[in-house]
Amino acid sequence: MATRKAAAKPNVSADELKTYYREMLLIRRFEEKAGQLYGMGLIGGFCHLYIGQEAVVVGLEAAADEGDKRVTSYRDHGHMLACGMDPKGVMAELTGREGGYSKGKGGSMHMFSREKHFYGGHGIVAAQVPIGAGLAFADKYLGNDRVTFTYFGDGAANQGQVYETYNMAELWDLPVVFVIENNQYAMGTSTKRSTKSPSYWERGAAYGIEGEEVDGMDVLAVKAAGEKAVAHCRAGKGPYILEVKTYRYRGHSMSDPAKYRTREEVQKMRDERDPIESVRQLLLTGNHASEEDLKAIDKEIKDVINEAAEFSKESPEPGLDELWTDIYAKDIPQGEAVEA
Amino acid sequence: MPTEILMPALSPTMEEGTLAKWLKKEGDTVSSGDIIAEIETDKATMEFEAVDEGTLGRILVEEGTEGVKVNTPIAVLLEEGESADDIGKEEAQPSGGSEAKTEVKESDKTDKAPPADAPVAASPAAAAPKPPRTPDWPEGTEVKSTTVREALRDAMAEEMRGDEGVFVMGEEVAEYQGAYKITQGLLDEFGAKRVIDTPITEHGFAGIGVGAAFGGLKPIVEFMTFNFAMQAMDQIINSAAKTLYMSGGQMGCPIVFRGPNGAAARVAAQHSQDYAAWYMQVPGLKVAMPYTAADAKGLLKSAIRDPNPVIFLENEILYGRSFDVPVMDDFTIPFGKARIAREGTDVTIVSFGIGMSYALQAAETLAEDGIDAEVIDLRTLRPMDTDAIIESVKKTNRCVTVEEGWPQGSVGDYITGVLMREAFDWLDAPVISLTGKDVPMPYAANLEKLALVTADEVVEAVRKVTYR
Repeated sequence: MATRKAAAKPNVSADELKTYYREMLLIRRFEEKAGQLYGMGLIGGFCHLYIGQEAVVVGLEAAADEGDKRVTSYRDHGHMLACGMDPKGVMAELTGREGGYSKGKGGSMHMFSREKHFYGGHGIVAAQVPIGAGLAFADKYLGNDRVTFTYFGDGAANQGQVYETYNMAELWDLPVVFVIENNQYAMGTSTKRSTKSPSYWERGAAYGIEGEEVDGMDVLAVKAAGEKAVAHCRAGKGPYILEVKTYRYRGHSMSDPAKYRTREEVQKMRDERDPIESVRQLLLTGNHASEEDLKAIDKEIKDVINEAAEFSKESPEPGLDELWTDIYAKDIPQGEAVEA
Repeated sequence: MPTEILMPALSPTMEEGTLAKWLKKEGDTVSSGDIIAEIETDKATMEFEAVDEGTLGRILVEEGTEGVKVNTPIAVLLEEGESADDIGKEEAQPSGGSEAKTEVKESDKTDKAPPADAPVAASPAAAAPKPPRTPDWPEGTEVKSTTVREALRDAMAEEMRGDEGVFVMGEEVAEYQGAYKITQGLLDEFGAKRVIDTPITEHGFAGIGVGAAFGGLKPIVEFMTFNFAMQAMDQIINSAAKTLYMSGGQMGCPIVFRGPNGAAARVAAQHSQDYAAWYMQVPGLKVAMPYTAADAKGLLKSAIRDPNPVIFLENEILYGRSFDVPVMDDFTIPFGKARIAREGTDVTIVSFGIGMSYALQAAETLAEDGIDAEVIDLRTLRPMDTDAIIESVKKTNRCVTVEEGWPQGSVGDYITGVLMREAFDWLDAPVISLTGKDVPMPYAANLEKLALVTADEVVEAVRKVTYR
């Protein structure tokens, strides 16, 4: 179904499609490798994989401009790769090494890149939502036309601070796109067992915020919705909500046996709705790429991931003196934003 | 080369598990994402997915096997063109799997090794270079009697004039002119863009403040009182205090959370609590709790300029009190520098915030009896000028601490611990940590009085430690 819907859109170039294919595949292969390294004991603690949800971040990043900001929860690897962060630095953070984005001190759930305007990586469910609105507040205050993508899940969507934030974001016309990644399970609790409200995006209406539901397994649909939301924000009309219907194939974290849903349910999504497979089919059926072209991309991604994995193993653990650094700042690292 | 499939760790604590069931058999084709086995961990039965593609060449561990160590090869996967005969050829050379195992061991080793050179009671705040013991302002400077309220307002106004990125947000800070009139006049001077009324929604606006700080601004977030900041505790601790560390130094949070703290008068349990000891505990936060108007002004200006999150604890009862404030273009007080409020030789009384009024009052009473107390106003609790306390105790050999908060885990208990470690041989009596009583604040006037620390109790404690 996703394939048919996407095929109906004529204005997508073969190059664009190939880019999305490549970016989604990068996330999937990265996550598979992360799962493997976790299994080998090289990654510890909590590790939340993004497999199945790739079209969400790739579609929305396609709608973003240079300087736009993004902030998300602990299921953050996909967001980092999609906004251009280096897979080596991300993987090395997962393994807790010096070469990681946070020098090994943040781990899977806490990573940041000022350069790529990626503001985390937050481990407390929904804490990133007011933070995202605050980033948008700063942009509005500084008089630029940047937009902040604030991602959270269907689980976070029941937290009180989300609605406190909706209220202020609309009150102050903040340029923030609230992206609800509805993967249908808050850890082990399905949306049906969490709420009786029929949809999450409609809750924005109570605060005067417009929004819509989006097919999160269709990268082109996500991109189109993202462009609409971004245009709304840049026009000074305040926040916009996208409820992106998606699905995670893996458990909540690596230690989740996922007994709350059937194997058939997961397999059905994989077989019928896979966001990468549908773009692959579009490329092949439209004669935009040959099997060989796609194989070459697969090979290229595999090399990138292997290189990242190697780097993440070879990078040394942080020096013991790192325990005592970065607790207090000596100067304000984000001074440039104020000067500009 | 055939790929070994290793027994995976499927939870943060798993070291071994049971290979419950094989879902593929030798000769089956496997593609990435296929479930190949069920594995029982210490927590649950998990499905184990293949990462690589190929043919399952050989099963090395039969189903039903218990106690299979993590990273043990459990099967061998063949790539296109390989056959089961190739298995074993690679055994001569180290496989990817065993390489990984060595690495795990190595990281285990370093994990367990304690940092040899780590200071025992190290806190980076305490280790920060100490400001010199000089007077807070040059001798002969003109001073002006100012209320704490005015001093706080002046500090914000001066910093807002100097830096476009500084703004104030909170409940009733703008049009109402501040619930306690601390932001009086700021809206008129700086406009609604920089003096922002929020809805009553502490968790939300604290988080928006943190995000704005990440985004390059310097927010001053006013809590109408710190009792309401408990709603925002997660944003203050988890988001503001920890992000610099979690980002490896990339992302600091220059923000001030300020407002009245501690008991006011007759507002009972939910509106009367001193949070000094709570916030003082958190690495990444700085905590100020001024007593005088000069300190309120000088410390708040420093707090706004500080690149770190600062908790600025004020006191409603002190807002209306007047103190001398120097008339200077840019008067600041550094963090981590205590003030010797009264010099003395017989006992050291350490306090901060409103506790100082009891300490000073007691010192006067004691002086009449010939007991000469030295009174130290800490001014900031993190970083804390413990050097000043130790130095003083080495002279007086006795110490009493005074605060309004609860006894268990109090600021005074921390100081007592520091003195025991650093000045044990100089102490002639056990340190007495005077606090509020270990009860929620009662409403009845007589009971409230009983619950709070008093000057009389300070006098009594000093008599105990001086045996007089």
